[in-house]
Amino acid sequence: MRATELAGLRQRAAEIFRARGFPTTHDEEWRFTNVAAIAKADLPIAAPKVSCHSLRAALELHPELIDEHLGRYASNDSNPFVALNTANFEDGAFLHVPKNTIVDEPVWVDFTGVSGHATHQRNLIVVGAGSQVRVVERYTGAGRYFTNAVTEIVVGENATVEHVKLEEESPDSFHIATIQVQQARDSNFKAHNISLGGLLVRNDVNAVLSTGCEGTLNGLYLTKGNQHVDNHTALDHAAPHAASHELYKGIMDGASSAVFNGKILVRKDAQKTDAKQTNKNLVLSENAVINTKPELQILADDVRCTHGATVGQLDEEALFYLRARGIGQIEARDLLIYAFARDVIDRVGIPSVREYLEKALFESLEDSRRLAGAAS
Amino acid sequence: MGGKEILRGINLTVNPGEVHAIMGPNGSGKSTLAQVIAGRDLYTVTKGEVIYQGQDLLALAPEERAQEGIFLAFQYPVEIPGVSNLYFLKAALNAGRKKKGEPELDAMEFLSLVRQKIALMEMEESLLNRSVNAGFSGGEKKRNEIFQMAVLEPRLALLDETDSGLDIDALKIVSNGVNTLRGEDRAIVVITQYQRLLNHIVPDYVHVLAEGRIVRSGDKSLALTLEESGYAGIEELAETAQ
Repeated sequence: MRATELAGLRQRAAEIFRARGFPTTHDEEWRFTNVAAIAKADLPIAAPKVSCHSLRAALELHPELIDEHLGRYASNDSNPFVALNTANFEDGAFLHVPKNTIVDEPVWVDFTGVSGHATHQRNLIVVGAGSQVRVVERYTGAGRYFTNAVTEIVVGENATVEHVKLEEESPDSFHIATIQVQQARDSNFKAHNISLGGLLVRNDVNAVLSTGCEGTLNGLYLTKGNQHVDNHTALDHAAPHAASHELYKGIMDGASSAVFNGKILVRKDAQKTDAKQTNKNLVLSENAVINTKPELQILADDVRCTHGATVGQLDEEALFYLRARGIGQIEARDLLIYAFARDVIDRVGIPSVREYLEKALFESLEDSRRLAGAAS
Repeated sequence: MGGKEILRGINLTVNPGEVHAIMGPNGSGKSTLAQVIAGRDLYTVTKGEVIYQGQDLLALAPEERAQEGIFLAFQYPVEIPGVSNLYFLKAALNAGRKKKGEPELDAMEFLSLVRQKIALMEMEESLLNRSVNAGFSGGEKKRNEIFQMAVLEPRLALLDETDSGLDIDALKIVSNGVNTLRGEDRAIVVITQYQRLLNHIVPDYVHVLAEGRIVRSGDKSLALTLEESGYAGIEELAETAQ
């Protein structure tokens, strides 16, 4: 049986169960067996009525959703890599959460890059009104390859979506990704954009906010060796009474370079917008470079928009304080770097991801030391 | 530091069980002395030696000195946002234990030790989960220093102006904490500008530091003399000693 067939079978079965529900004792076949206790037991009996497929399967299973949403948000005109993806994508992840559905467990999607290949992953996440879901996209791989991913996320009215992107690509890989978010009225969207690997990395995270929305774009980038990581974000306040929060933190070591470019557009009608953007950078080496640039375009007159960027080094006083209490130099340094980064990590609402990130961060710092040791 | 000579003649022997007070006006080099002993690399020692338990202290990194039992209560405790007091203390305590070949304390043992010591300093337990010194008042920071000392149980404690800026209640709590820690195998050096502290922590010896030199040493009565005559006379003494 092909994956698409199985998916279709399950979909039809789910519909049957949804229509009929648990049998009762009015049902002749179940006259003497009351299964109400099972239904009341509060156990996760039926899988949520959520469709989670490969995009290719979804083309057959949900043609109407594909027609309605795919390629409607990410722009082929403004970003050539989106055009490249749209022209060439073969597959990706598709997630549809119908309205008023709470998905308790986070959905993990893993992508593995293969040496010698270019892959254009195309993901579509459609979340219905009043629903709630958390999604983790992770990118890893080995060797020299090119990832060119596009994720479109549609957040329905009053829905809550948290999205984590973990970029842990191989040291020789190229990673270009666009996350395009469309927020309907009163919805709440949070993105955590974490970049730990890759040789050349560019992330574009863009969100369009409607009336009463809350949009959060957080990010963390750790660069070392010859890595280059560029994060471009764009928040489009298209309607009034929306709030956006943005916190990006970067830690640069070796001869690496990073870019933060944060665009905030407040359209003419978007009165009472409240937008806050912060970018903080910790530069660990003399050869590391950070370019940070806020780009605010405010066309409404009754708004609050703040932005700030800092670039600093490790606090020598704090380092000495820790060492004077017996904590070794390397451990003290790592502890201060972690303290800097955890601000972003702590904001991730999925405990398992927070733990994972904590570990990944310390591993990355160790890698960084190995690189520095090899270079000297 | 910056090519400036700060300390120019310190001859001091501190034995286990003793409490020494080093007094002196602003800029006399008191804090520099404490920082040099703790291993701050802002200062270069051009001459002289510091022998601690028979070994050359100046050859050790700051963390090694701490692991060997040296503790500096900072004049200006550093705020470290993002590092919890509890995590910090546990890392510090276990670093010392590891050095001594003792097993690391598990979470329960550590917590019970910490609870006992925090009660001694009359501090709220909620402080443990807050970031190190972040948002603490001046008095809370100083109390936190002595709390750390109580947990780490050093062999040589240097208290750098721990009394400065404390009101009388906080001063009593801090002094009581320090007095509880006095003992046969622990030496304490109290650095202060004010005689007031020495009413609460009574020293065995008092030394007067001026212009980078110890110009007078004596017992606790020296502090009282100083309180009456002020540091002016001492500075003259330093000049005549040159």
